[in-house]
Amino acid sequence: MTISPASIEELRQAVAAHPRVSLRGGGTKTGLSSPVSPSPVAQGFSPALIDLSRLSGIVAHTPEECTFTALAGTRIDEIERVLAPHGQYLPFDPPLSAAGATIGGTVAAGLNGSCRYRYGGIRDFLIGARIVDGRGGLIASGGKVVKNAAGFLLHQAMVGSAGRLGVLAELTFKVFPRAESRATVRVDAGDLAGTLRVLSAMQAARFELEAADIEAPATVWLRLGGFAAAMPSRLDGVQRAAGAPSNRLEGEADAEVWRAVREFAWMPPGAALVRVPLTVGRLAGLDTVLERAGVRRRYAVGGNVAFIAWTESIDRLSATLETVGLTGQVLRGPAGRSLIGAVRPGEFERRVRMVMDPDNRFGGDA
Amino acid sequence: MPQEDLIATLARIVPAERLLTRPGALAAYESDGLTSFRSRPRAVVIAESRQDVVDAVRACHAANVPFMARGSGTSLSGGAVPIEDGIVIALNRLNRILRFDPESRVAVVEPGVVNLAVTALGAPHGLYYAPDPSSQSVCTIGGNVAFNSGGAHCFRHGMTANHVLGIQAVLADGTEVALGGDSLEQAGPDVAALFVGSEGLFGIALEITLRLVPRPQVYRTVLAAYASLQAAGDAVSRVIRSGLLPGAMEIMDSLAIEAAEAAVSPHYPADAAALLIVELEGEDAQVAIEFDHLMRVIGESGATETRVAADEEDRARIWKGRKSAFSAVGRLSPDFIVQDGVVPRARLGEALAAIEAMSRKHGIRVANVFHAGDGNLHPLILYDGREAGAHDRAEVLAAEIIRLCIGLGGSITGEHGVGLEKRQFLREMYSEADIDCMRRLRLAMDPTELANRGKKLSDAAAGGMSHGLHPLERAGIISRA
Repeated sequence: MTISPASIEELRQAVAAHPRVSLRGGGTKTGLSSPVSPSPVAQGFSPALIDLSRLSGIVAHTPEECTFTALAGTRIDEIERVLAPHGQYLPFDPPLSAAGATIGGTVAAGLNGSCRYRYGGIRDFLIGARIVDGRGGLIASGGKVVKNAAGFLLHQAMVGSAGRLGVLAELTFKVFPRAESRATVRVDAGDLAGTLRVLSAMQAARFELEAADIEAPATVWLRLGGFAAAMPSRLDGVQRAAGAPSNRLEGEADAEVWRAVREFAWMPPGAALVRVPLTVGRLAGLDTVLERAGVRRRYAVGGNVAFIAWTESIDRLSATLETVGLTGQVLRGPAGRSLIGAVRPGEFERRVRMVMDPDNRFGGDA
Repeated sequence: MPQEDLIATLARIVPAERLLTRPGALAAYESDGLTSFRSRPRAVVIAESRQDVVDAVRACHAANVPFMARGSGTSLSGGAVPIEDGIVIALNRLNRILRFDPESRVAVVEPGVVNLAVTALGAPHGLYYAPDPSSQSVCTIGGNVAFNSGGAHCFRHGMTANHVLGIQAVLADGTEVALGGDSLEQAGPDVAALFVGSEGLFGIALEITLRLVPRPQVYRTVLAAYASLQAAGDAVSRVIRSGLLPGAMEIMDSLAIEAAEAAVSPHYPADAAALLIVELEGEDAQVAIEFDHLMRVIGESGATETRVAADEEDRARIWKGRKSAFSAVGRLSPDFIVQDGVVPRARLGEALAAIEAMSRKHGIRVANVFHAGDGNLHPLILYDGREAGAHDRAEVLAAEIIRLCIGLGGSITGEHGVGLEKRQFLREMYSEADIDCMRRLRLAMDPTELANRGKKLSDAAAGGMSHGLHPLERAGIISRA
């Protein structure tokens, strides 16, 4: 059964009316939006899928404040269209916008894009939320101003919660001015160790990069944003510091590179898309096992996250990640296993879930 | 367990010289940066290890005695005022850097590490720790985490929560938990963020994983003087509209300028009604162009005088004046209240005009220092505590300012937290259901409400600080100095 609430009130009623619900926004991250209940039918009730795509629209945009408020089902591309005329953008670079990703789904997935490297991820820009809890109650957290130390940061805990703590109904963000122009340097670093040396050189020279991605095994993609007049000398500096053969992509060529990255265009059809948070220090260890498995992978955000195109059984990848002590999030792939690998849902999280969803409507205790 | 048994238990956890129980020794722990409130704890446990803290919390839990963690005691909201007859767990000696990975830009520190020590750690690697509360040379990371501290660079860099990647903590019932990790990215709910700003109500952070950021290639710091506060506020709007993203935008009014000048002689332009500090940061070539844009914007904003920091020393002097402003006001007035509220930036001018009118109405001087880029106001309300009723009148004005912030769609606190000071206002900013959710989160972590009892969420009697006695004073839990 699918319910499509068009208002927060309808959403509250839909949650309260069903003993087990799962959530769907734009449906671009199927690994997270598919029903997760273990045979709920066998437990004597039918699961409800709440489709949030009708709970859509920008409630407020105050360009002067650099803030906006949108209902959770609002599409990312719609928000970008509203921000652009004011020279503003979403600095966390939400992926899958062309595919129809929504702002609520993006927050619930905790999914940032490559260009979040410059200013931060969703957690750094989300300043408030209205949340429907597991009993259909409406809770506000945070506010509408860019700085606020009142209350608890419950809205930030919703980032990555994948619908297990509550339903995001409305979200408020701060945004930043968008750079006047952008350009990319592609570096052929020879091998993986070479790519890490390039990242290290960028840090030592204190370049402020929009993005720093590694396309395994040996290519580094570096993006700069800023005033067009400063771009030539900055690009020269980056290419010099890279210490390896490189070339520039500007204008449409630059835009095309990152549009494709945002939409995961490099993924082979049918592969599962798995996201693995990590650190630069652990990148080489992970890459060794992935290389052995022969899978396509890309490291984004300066080596803080891996995106893996996995074509075999998810159990095998889960076991592999477990051996290197990393957790994976299945963005696209088989339903019901959103987190794999070294997953240790802690006691703190369990207690938060008991407050937000005591009746286990969202299946967090499944 | 009776109190005396608890003291005996604590004496088995730490040696006698680290368990303070005599009144003379306890006096130093009676208050924090919000000096109007004072209360005496039963004992102070000076922890030296993570295990000391865990054991002390478990002992308090077993004895059902309230406890509170304390760093340097710089809280401006009364967050570190002890609970009368409770236990203070002092964390200053838990000041070790446990791990530092410059390549991944991550440091794992104990809660007693001083904020600036993290920046010092990163300096040889071209890194620094971005949150910079004015007290950063003494305040600790544990306290910054508890209160989600801010600073002058929040608009661009965010608050403490945006720089904490992971936390290991002991909850109030003695359970040890690990939240988050050491990556900028994470899978699963961001529960580490939820711990930040919880004002000690969930438990005590034992290890904190912080992210450091590369120090910008260059800073350009500009000082502009204006004939009115309104004009300085308008200049901030112009800068934002121009599409620039400065690292900091600060405003000081004439009283604050006078105070800073008297205290640390930053050589600010004389006779200015308001001073705007704008700081650009980033790559050399980019900032050079930003600087030209900024100077044009400021030129069009009616500045009466503009100065540019010539070198790092000059920049440091400008910031020293700004960061000393709170304490410097002590030279203008024997007592003062530091207020902390937020308004939408576009309504800054309106808010300042209203505060000026309130100041006139009450005949109380107010100095204004604020993080203009964030709409974060810090009115300093000057009074003489020796004058009968002066403190109460100052608090009436402080309450009016906070209600003004709520009315304009802002917040009751930008960075100092709720603490003791603002509990009744939390209810004016959030609904009954919102507060109830906060309370249930607190109870989930601390069923008997032992951890920092009386702060943030505690029931505040109607009226609160606008009616003389603080509710906790009336209840005999705390008393005023």
